[in-house]
This record gives sequence, structure tokens and C-alpha cells, in this order.
Amino acid sequence: MRAFTYERASSVEAAAKAAASNPEAKFIAGGTNLLDLMKLEIETPTHLIDVNGLGLDKIEATPEGGLRIGALVRNTDLAAHETVRRDYGLLSRALVAGASGQLRNRATTAGNLLQRTRCPYFYDPNQPCNKRQPGSGCSAIGGFSRQHAVVGVSDACIATHPSDMAIAMRALDATVETVKADGSRRAIPIADFHRLPGDTPHIETVLERGEFITAVLLPSPVGGKHIYRKVRDRASYAFALVSIGAIIHPDGTGRVAVGGIAHKPWRVEAAEAELPKGARAAARGILADARPTEQNRFKVDLVERALGAVLSEARG
Amino acid sequence: MKFETPATTNPIDRLKVIGQPIHRIDGELKTTGRAMYAYEWHDPNTPYAYGYPVGAAIAKGRINAMDVTAAKSAPGVLAVVTTLDVGKRKKGKFNTANLFGGDEVQHYHQAIAVVVAETFEEARAAAALVKADYAEERGTFDLSAERRAAKKPDESQEPDTAVGDFEAAFRSASVTLDQSYTTPDQSHAMMEPHASIAAWNGDEVTVWTSSQMIDWWRSDLATTLGVDKGKIHLMSPFIGGGFGGKLFLRADAVLAAFGAKAANRPVKVALPRPFVINNTTHRPATIQRIRIGAERNGKITAIAHESWSGDLPGGGLETAVNQTRLLYAGANRMTAMRLVTLDLPEGNAMRAPGEAPGLMALEIAIDEMAERVGMDPIEFRIVNDTQVDPEKPERPFSHRDLIGCLKLGADRFGWSNRPKVGSRREGDWLIGMGVAAAFRNNLVLPSGARVKLDRQGVVTVETDMTDIGTGSYTIIAQTAAEMMGVGIDKVAVQLGDSRFPVSAGSGGQFGANSSTSGVYAACIKLRDAIAQKLGFNSGDAVFENGIVRSGNRSVPLAEAAGPGGLVGEDTMEWGDLAKTHQQSTFGAHFVEVGVDVATGETRIRRMLTVCAAGRILNPITARSQVIGAMTMGAGGALSEELAVDTRRGFFVNHDLAGYEVPVHADIPHQEVVFMAETDPMSSPMKAKGVGELGLCGVAAAITNAIYNATGVRVRHYPITLDKLIGGLPDVA
Repeated sequence: MRAFTYERASSVEAAAKAAASNPEAKFIAGGTNLLDLMKLEIETPTHLIDVNGLGLDKIEATPEGGLRIGALVRNTDLAAHETVRRDYGLLSRALVAGASGQLRNRATTAGNLLQRTRCPYFYDPNQPCNKRQPGSGCSAIGGFSRQHAVVGVSDACIATHPSDMAIAMRALDATVETVKADGSRRAIPIADFHRLPGDTPHIETVLERGEFITAVLLPSPVGGKHIYRKVRDRASYAFALVSIGAIIHPDGTGRVAVGGIAHKPWRVEAAEAELPKGARAAARGILADARPTEQNRFKVDLVERALGAVLSEARG
Repeated sequence: MKFETPATTNPIDRLKVIGQPIHRIDGELKTTGRAMYAYEWHDPNTPYAYGYPVGAAIAKGRINAMDVTAAKSAPGVLAVVTTLDVGKRKKGKFNTANLFGGDEVQHYHQAIAVVVAETFEEARAAAALVKADYAEERGTFDLSAERRAAKKPDESQEPDTAVGDFEAAFRSASVTLDQSYTTPDQSHAMMEPHASIAAWNGDEVTVWTSSQMIDWWRSDLATTLGVDKGKIHLMSPFIGGGFGGKLFLRADAVLAAFGAKAANRPVKVALPRPFVINNTTHRPATIQRIRIGAERNGKITAIAHESWSGDLPGGGLETAVNQTRLLYAGANRMTAMRLVTLDLPEGNAMRAPGEAPGLMALEIAIDEMAERVGMDPIEFRIVNDTQVDPEKPERPFSHRDLIGCLKLGADRFGWSNRPKVGSRREGDWLIGMGVAAAFRNNLVLPSGARVKLDRQGVVTVETDMTDIGTGSYTIIAQTAAEMMGVGIDKVAVQLGDSRFPVSAGSGGQFGANSSTSGVYAACIKLRDAIAQKLGFNSGDAVFENGIVRSGNRSVPLAEAAGPGGLVGEDTMEWGDLAKTHQQSTFGAHFVEVGVDVATGETRIRRMLTVCAAGRILNPITARSQVIGAMTMGAGGALSEELAVDTRRGFFVNHDLAGYEVPVHADIPHQEVVFMAETDPMSSPMKAKGVGELGLCGVAAAITNAIYNATGVRVRHYPITLDKLIGGLPDVA
């Protein structure tokens, strides 16, 4: 970890401005991922802007009938919130499927969206990694890639986004609300928030320098059965091999976002039309253009099988 | 004292303290955080400095040059010591790879520098500034690809055995099996990483460390540093898990000693978690081929077990065929082990080396063979039981009750309800039951102790024995209490200090039986000293209730001790009973699993292990050992694998996020049953090892249960869902 300076931001606008004026600054909220990365010098900010004290820890009803989730709402609090449990069960279930109780107590809503991949080569500074050191190459391609992405991959990177929460947000059509350094605000649909790796895998979101997430907005509830199915080697405290975040209506229609298979929460709206026909048809659309490695080819079958189990549970 | 003839009745047999379910005497220290582990030693008057290691960034080659300019001028840095600075050192007797010194890189993350600074954070930051210029060389990293280049190691490693004519018997057998199995590299992944503090005083050095074997470490540290062994004082009173990973001197102690010398300050060094995996040792991967031939009645007529494993040049075998030399009958048999040179980090002992991976394969093969001959797998094992060493039938087992374990376990577990393969389903879960035999040899090593009696009647035991979480403190206190006829509250135990008599140490499940036997021997000496002082005939002196009695005279121990106290010291040595009699421990594992019909996720539902391991010195600490081993076996069966990058030559998943040991949610109800038995051939304690037995075979029981649930037979560990889903019913 390199030495850094530290400030507590006094307002949202001040935070954005401070971050924009210093290219080596980073926001810190829960710090559950950033601090680990700093210890390994994968992240080397020289300045940290602590945004914990900005009052962004509230969950409020919106005039449109949805929810406004403050950026600093802890994962534990979000998962336990009465309205979330009642109307957005998918979100609550995805959250408690992730990390551990201790980590969820610290981790925040915005920080969860911004967490970085757990590709082991990204975590080892001795190995080439285009995400850590652009242009150095990708060690996972041709290496240990069992956990890695099968869709939306590039020749530069096959890392996955590790979040469970983001899968639910994607299925729920969430919107990310931000403030830019100039004080202007914008709302970014979750579908557009994360980027595919392309040839710039080090750029993971569409956020501009200094741009600060203030909240995540959920539209009004859509009903249906909310199911989050996380498939992993051990029963807890492991990243998903594949996860299915689904909202299924009694007529068999619905939405599906998939985790563990791409550089961003993966949802193919066109494939959802096939859901009433069953998992095989829908999975075919979800995984069109899949480019698995030898080691993660099983994920293609696993998505179909896990989706089959989810649809069966929804019917049940 | 030398143990040369089978034990007869002795004071231990009173079982007033030994064999009783006594909670750990050090438990309160541990649960309240007052048990000081190596890195935690802290004297407020000592100006500790902090060392951070730098590991090689390549797997094989040489270091042309190192640049430490930036590191040396970084804030807080006191000293930087590089592998080039200290030069090539003599290697410790128990190490295969060099720990530090010289320009040769033998494996990834081999220590190449230590940076010492005022704070841990400063040391870590400066360590990242150390630059090395390497001449990288081509290495070999792929066991499977190198298998054809495997060599027969020297005879000291006993690579081959053969009895009768295996090939002919196998050819003519009515039922045969010929299958290959693989087990991956595994990490000890103990909770406490390797850590040391070194403090020099002139030419003497004191090292607080985390070591299973005090005397081995002391000798090898002396060799590596080039100082006299007598100048080294080692202390390791508490150890946060070892599993074999702390049997042999590691780099943290060496780096702390060099760093402390250079900085002229006491220095603390802990290995970062990735170093535990790539800097230290691991259990080597194996490829195993097993062939079994049997008659229609289930009698094995031919059995062969071959194993291939890899290690650095000069390294050794993973002895995966050892149990097959002893476990089942069969007139015609052969075993063979071959070694491949690999430039991965050093392979070495991990809990139940040999038997753990060997039984992972053999006990699947036995399950497969039972099915082929159409027998229940328990019955098949019973039919092929042997009461003598099948390679040397003149050697009987000292005591062997595998059949008893299997029968009792079957009854307790409800084995008769085992479903037909692939037939039982509950909701989305396919349910199956599996069984496997447990087998682990009983080893004994010489073990010394000193026992003091003071004027308050308090008995203090001093030995360099270690407690790696096993309960050594408690069973040693129980032994001394039983021998001296006092309550356990009158016994103090001091362990893990090189100033104390050399003990067996902790490893190979030899620790409990050997070290308590050493305490037994020392107590006999103390009893003699007391009797002699009182003018008693030591043969008829009775020690009980804090009093020593002879005829109509009785004297409280405190009074007998007198103001100066009395001391007994001895070392238990071993005769040839282990040569004339095969001494082993036995058990049976029963497992019920559920396999998700859609995703292939396996979740264990119930586990039962029955152990026949001689006298159980303390059923609480012994049970703790066995359930821990069962848990380790669950990890080995279902998730633990060090992923090898065969291009760059290192274990990629080198942290606890990537190397998945079981979490609480993976471990269901576990039951442990100990057979009521004693083994007078093993020691005056009549005990045997049990700390590793619980691991041996459990992974195969899980795998056999998965087969019973699904009909999918997987022979390559770990049994992850990707190896199952292709054989599961269509669910889409």
C-alpha cells in the first residue's frame, strides 16, 4: 500500500469536484474491495475521499412508486429493508447470497456496483493483465479460466463482474444516479453502466472522472416470482460460477439476468421472449455468441440447467 | 526408558484423568485472546521493527541483479537484505528448496529479499519497490505431460513392492478393474500464516515462531544461518494450525533472523497469504492407476497400485500407494511409485501424507470393484480383511478392528437403507450414501520430558512438544496427573521451548502417543525420586489423591517434595515392536450427500466416522481432531485444488478466496464414534494416533455417495459440478 492523503467530503458536489481535480484520487465508502487492492498496489490512489458521512444512507419511496436507494446504504440494510423484501425480493436474495455477514455490514450499494473482478491474475502483480496494466496481455486466456466469462469477452480480457447485487439491479431495470464534477446530474440505466472489456478492459464503467454515484433508483414493483439462484462450489462465501436473477410471471413471461458469465451483469431482453418456451430456448438466446474456454465450457450447460431449475421453481 | 515389550497394567490404566472428557486447559487463554501466537509476542519495552518478504516473480531461473535503491530510501526503511547479499547458504536437512540465499530461483515466490522498516505498512510499501532482473529459464510444471519422463527414486524411498505374480493373477481373475484416478495439489491453508520474530543478543538469537517441530527447526535454522545450534533459542507455545506446513523450517524465521541482524533490532515477519501457497510447501498432486482382480466370491486375488507425483529436484514422493501395501488381503500384489521433476513450489507432507491421496483413489476403486462382483461394499471389505501384513504375513497387526468399525458404523448410520444407484430423489436433490475405510499407520518417535514437583504439590511438565490446536497441553496434563495421582488442577504444562527436553513434536499423528509416553517415562523417574527420598520401595508406592503411600506410611506430595522440590527427566525410546507388529489405525466413514439434479452442486447431509485407534486419551480433543479431519476431507472431495498455471509455473488461486476450503454452511451434522480398545503394543499409554485417521478415506466416501446418488462415477478430484452435470437428467 502506498502512502495516501485522506479527506472527509463535506458534500456530494465537493466530493465530485475534489475527485475531478486529482486524477490519483479515489472515493472510499465501505472499502471492502478498495483496501485489499491498495494493499496489493493494484489500486494506488494518492488521495482518498471518504464519502461515508454525506447522508446518502437512506432508502426512500419515489413519487413514481419506486425506491431511491442511497449510494451509501449498506448491503445488510438494503437486504433487510421491508419494502425491498416485499416488492423487490430478487434484490434482497441476491444481496444475502453474496460475501459474508461482516462484509455486507460494510459494503455499500454504489461500492458493490464498482467492485472489481476477482480474476486471480488481476490480483497478482507479477502476471500480465490488461485490466491492471493495459497492453501487458491477458494471462487468463490460455491459463486458469474456470471462473471466467463466456459471453461478451474480448481477446484482451475474459474477466467477470463478481457482483450478485448488480444481477438483481439489472433484472429490475435500476438506474444509477450521479453527480458530475460540474455539479450536473445524470441518470444512467444499469444496462449502460458497466462496459464490456473490448480492448480497454481497464475502463469498467461509463463514469467520468470525478463523477459520483448518489443513489440507485428502482422503478415501481413489477410483481412476479423473484428468484435468485447462485451456483457455486461451496455453499457460502464464494463467487458465482453462474447465477440467475429472474422475475417470472404466472404466464411464464419474465426477465432474466445472469451473473458469473460476463464482464457485466448479462441480460438479453430479446431472449426473454423465449422464456415461456422453456430454459433451453431462452438460454440459447442469452448465450448466443458465447466464446468459452476449455475450462469454462461447462458454464454454457450450467446456465441452461440453472435457468431450468429457476423456471421450474417459478411454476412450482 | 525404552519401550520394548507390550505394556502391562500401569498407573495410566486407572483412568481417573486419562480418557476423561476434560476441556482444553488452554481453552480460556485461546477464547479470551491471551494465548500469544508468534507474531503477537509483544514486549512494550522492545523496539520491534517489521520485515516484509519479497518473492521471486518467476518460477525458474537466475537473478542477474537486484536494485534496492528506491526501497532503501523509502520512508521508515531500516534495512533491505537480498538473497544476493546473503549468498548461497547450506540448506536445512528437511528443506528441498532453498529458503533464502544465492541467485538461483527454484520456484515462484521463493524469498529473494526482506525489507525491514519501522512499521509493517512502511515495510510492505518499500518491498514493492525492490526490483529484480531475472534470467528466466524454461521449467516443467505439468505432472500429466511429464509423466512419461518419471523416474524410479532411490530405494530409500521404497518405491516398489511385489509379492506373488500380480500380472498372471490379474489376467486370470474372474472380475477385474483397471482405472486411473487423479488428486490435485492441495494447500495446508492453516488459519495462522507462518510468522516469526527474531531478536539477536550478541551472537545468540531468540526466535518466536509457529513450528510443529522445535528441534528440527532449530537444527535447520542453525544450518541455514551458519550459527551454532546452541546459540539459537526457539519458542512456539501456540500454533494456529499446521497440518504439516510447519513441520520444516520456513522462510519467515530465516528472513526475520537476517533482517534483525541487518537492522540491529528485533524483527517480526509474517508470510502474506499468497506466500503460504507458493512460498511454502503443499501436498503434491498424484496420478494413480489401480488394478484389482477378484474371484466371483469377492476374494481379491490380485491388487496393484501405481502412483506418479512430482517435486523439485532432490525432492520426494507422495507415497500414495502405502496403504495398499497393508489394507486388503490378496496373494498377488504390486505397488510402484515414480517421481517427475517439476519446478513448482516444494511438495511435502500435508496431514496424512500418502494415505490421504492414496485412499482418495483406492477407496473409490474398492467401491467400483464391490459393484462389479455384486457385493455390498462393506461386505466386500470384510471378505478381504487381513489380520497380518499381506506383504509379510509373518507380521501380524498389533490390533486391527476395521470390521468392527464398518459394522458398527453401518448400524449407526442406517446403511441398510442405502438406495439403489440413482434411485432416491427428494425434490431437486438426488440422495446417495457412501462408505470408505479409514487407515493410517501409527508412528512413534522418541520423546523427552522433564517433570518437576514443588513444595506446593504442583507438578510442572516441561517438554518442547507443540500444541498445533490438537490438545497437547491437555493430554500431557492428564498424563502427569494420572501418573502422579493428583488432580489436573495441580498440573502446569510448558510447551514449545527449545530449552526443554526434545520431544516427538507434532506430525504424522505421532504427537499424542509419543509425547505422553515421554511424560510417562519422566513421571516414572519422578516417582522413583520421591520414593527414594522417602525411603519407600518404588515398586509398591501408590500415588493417589495428592499422597504417596507405601505400606502404612503416607506422605503428601508437597511434603515429599520439600523446599527444593524434585525432578524427573527421561526420554521414551522405542524398541522393535513396530517392526515385529504392524501398528496402524482404522476406521470407517459413512456419508450421505444430496446432489442438485439441475446444477450438480453436492451438499453433504450427514457424516459419521468410527475410529479404532487404541486408547482415546481425551474424547473431547480426539473428537475435535476427527471432525476437523472430516471437514478437511470434505474440502478435498468437493472444492480444494491448487490450480497450476502450466505456462508460468505457479499456483494461481493463492488466497482463501480462490482456494476454497469448506465454510460452516458446507459441513452438516458430524458424528464420531471411538471403538473401546487399547493397543498394548504401541506404548505404555496403549494409545495410537488419531489426528490424521479422520481424513483418510473420507473424500472417497463422499465420492462414492455421489455415485450412489447420481450414477456418475468421477475419478478426478475435486468432484466439482462441471464433472457431474453431463451425466445428470435433463432438466430444461
